[in-house]
Amino acid sequence: MLLEIKDLKTVFKTEKGEVTSVDGVSIQVGKGETIGIVGESGCGKSVTSLSVMRLLGKNGRIKEGEVRFMGKDLAKLSESELRQMRGGEMAMIFQEPMTSLNPVFTVGNQLVEAIRLHSDLKGKAMEEYAIEMLKKVGIPRPDAIMKSFPHALSGGMRQRVMIAMALSCKPKLLIADEPTTALDVTIQAQILNLMKGLREEIGASIMLITHDLGVIAEMADKVVVMYAGQVVEETDVYTLFENPLHPYTQGLMKSIPHLHNDTGDTLESIPGAVPPLTNMPAGCRFHDRCAFASEKCQLDAPVFKPVTEGHSVRCWKAQEPEVWQLEPREEEAV
Amino acid sequence: MTEAITTTTAAEPLLRVQGLKTYYPIRRGLLSRTVGNVKAVDDITLELYPGETLGLVGESGCGKSTIGRSIIRLENPTDGSIWFDGEDITKHSISDLRSVRPKMQMIFQDPFSSLNPRMRVGELLAEPMRVHGIVPDGELEKRIDWLLDMVGIPRSYKQRFPHEFSGGQRQRIGIARAISLNPKLIVCDEPVSALDVSIQAQILNLLKDLQKELGLTYLFIAHGLGAVKYISNRIAVMYLGKVVEIGTKEEIFANPRHPYTQALLNAYPVPEPRKRGQQRIVLQGDVPSPANPPSGCRFHTRCPFAQAICKEIEPQLEGGEHASACHYPLAAT
Repeated sequence: MLLEIKDLKTVFKTEKGEVTSVDGVSIQVGKGETIGIVGESGCGKSVTSLSVMRLLGKNGRIKEGEVRFMGKDLAKLSESELRQMRGGEMAMIFQEPMTSLNPVFTVGNQLVEAIRLHSDLKGKAMEEYAIEMLKKVGIPRPDAIMKSFPHALSGGMRQRVMIAMALSCKPKLLIADEPTTALDVTIQAQILNLMKGLREEIGASIMLITHDLGVIAEMADKVVVMYAGQVVEETDVYTLFENPLHPYTQGLMKSIPHLHNDTGDTLESIPGAVPPLTNMPAGCRFHDRCAFASEKCQLDAPVFKPVTEGHSVRCWKAQEPEVWQLEPREEEAV
Repeated sequence: MTEAITTTTAAEPLLRVQGLKTYYPIRRGLLSRTVGNVKAVDDITLELYPGETLGLVGESGCGKSTIGRSIIRLENPTDGSIWFDGEDITKHSISDLRSVRPKMQMIFQDPFSSLNPRMRVGELLAEPMRVHGIVPDGELEKRIDWLLDMVGIPRSYKQRFPHEFSGGQRQRIGIARAISLNPKLIVCDEPVSALDVSIQAQILNLLKDLQKELGLTYLFIAHGLGAVKYISNRIAVMYLGKVVEIGTKEEIFANPRHPYTQALLNAYPVPEPRKRGQQRIVLQGDVPSPANPPSGCRFHTRCPFAQAICKEIEPQLEGGEHASACHYPLAAT
């Protein structure tokens, strides 16, 4: 395993006390594997990835669990060891490339800085390598772009620069947090194609965080579905789309308006909203939005366990289908 | 060109936009001289019939939001005319607009920034109705209860402030405000783009139900094709300030004629992993700047099928009910 997250619990200090934003998450990423993490806002998918990078700010901390990357426990590394690893063996790209590029330095400055810190190249060679990276991510006129400032580039170009920077040090793991969400669809298609090409070339593992099931279907080998700080379902991408077991996953699938086959008159939706972190429901965290919930779901929190080889789920109904009433209860008015 | 876009409905259009242009001047220098224009909307002709939903799609900067804002007259059009409900409102002054505004309302992408954070929900809903004298003061409470029922917010939440609501609930409040004045037309500007997937479906269903119940007409602006397909009767596809294709949603999705429409449909990742990698026409490059659009067909710089003529002559929107602006429209499949 390249990356092994085990029972991760990440908390943040707030005015209202400590809130748990990631609660017992375990994820494994193998070599060369692309793992998709999907969920809605506040489900903890971004905090999980920031915990791996240890970029939690001064209010956040990993309270329990461990994150092992290439055998090392990241929680025990010093700040300087971490800095060496970030951007080196492990790189990250974010949703909004403008905020992660420094507006007062040229693209070239920033690329060369990353290369200087994480490689043995010197002088002119660094610059040549930076231009080569820009070419690789499909940037036209790379020599001119090296001298440009980030504000002069379009959103798609900035994201390409970020990808060039992230990949310049040949990371073993690339964490991509909603890398295409801020981009237009035609640009998104370009960036996804680019990521696929580079994945094959460099052989890096990718942890892809997104709310878009279309992007997941396009890119991921394995998928982790998160809800309210926990993993609720995990399996390979084909099984997830063909046989989703958690009612939340099923609801998500049904609520996307489909482009190519007609969705008919009403779109299915999941009633209610995601519970706030400060006020998690007892029992299963999804029970008050779930059409199948019973009394057991209100009282006992289900555990996350495999139902078949390679398909795990956190749901009583999915784990014990034979004892469960399979008819959904009448949907309450939303 | 107007004839080109008539539908089968014999009714008079509720809204007719003819040759609409909205330009933003680019000013430079000490004297802020106008050195050019950003042609956000450049010669658009559209009709909207009572009870229908026209979806307006396109990527950022294509001018779709500017059209919506120009129709509501939040922007002043540079040229062209806007007929609404039998009246030419293009030259209406602010005070003339007061009588028209209740009939045309808008729902915004971010409901939080459009709700006053210091007002309770009850007051937020009462204010526009009081301003426009929709119901006598004595009946305001009853009407507010009705509005909350319509959008699925418990009546007891009247005393709460906007920050106490989730994104989906805030959008419901925005919708309640829009329908409170008995509008005929609602311009929905990306009403679900900021919401989570499971909540988007709730809001789309609500908009559809309200349309049926209140006989509303929608101009639905979005970049997400899925939502547009679900809610629209007809769809207009925009690129760089122009409508490049318009038709019924069935036609647009089954037989796109403009290469841009096809590329747009193709660019969406399909939520079916077995179909991955099967597509697709990936467009190269970025959208050009609307301040300096390409000559001829504006799409020619990115079009995989562009010929010499595309650089020279601008294609017109032609083809009757399913019209496209392309010299070499794609054949039906």
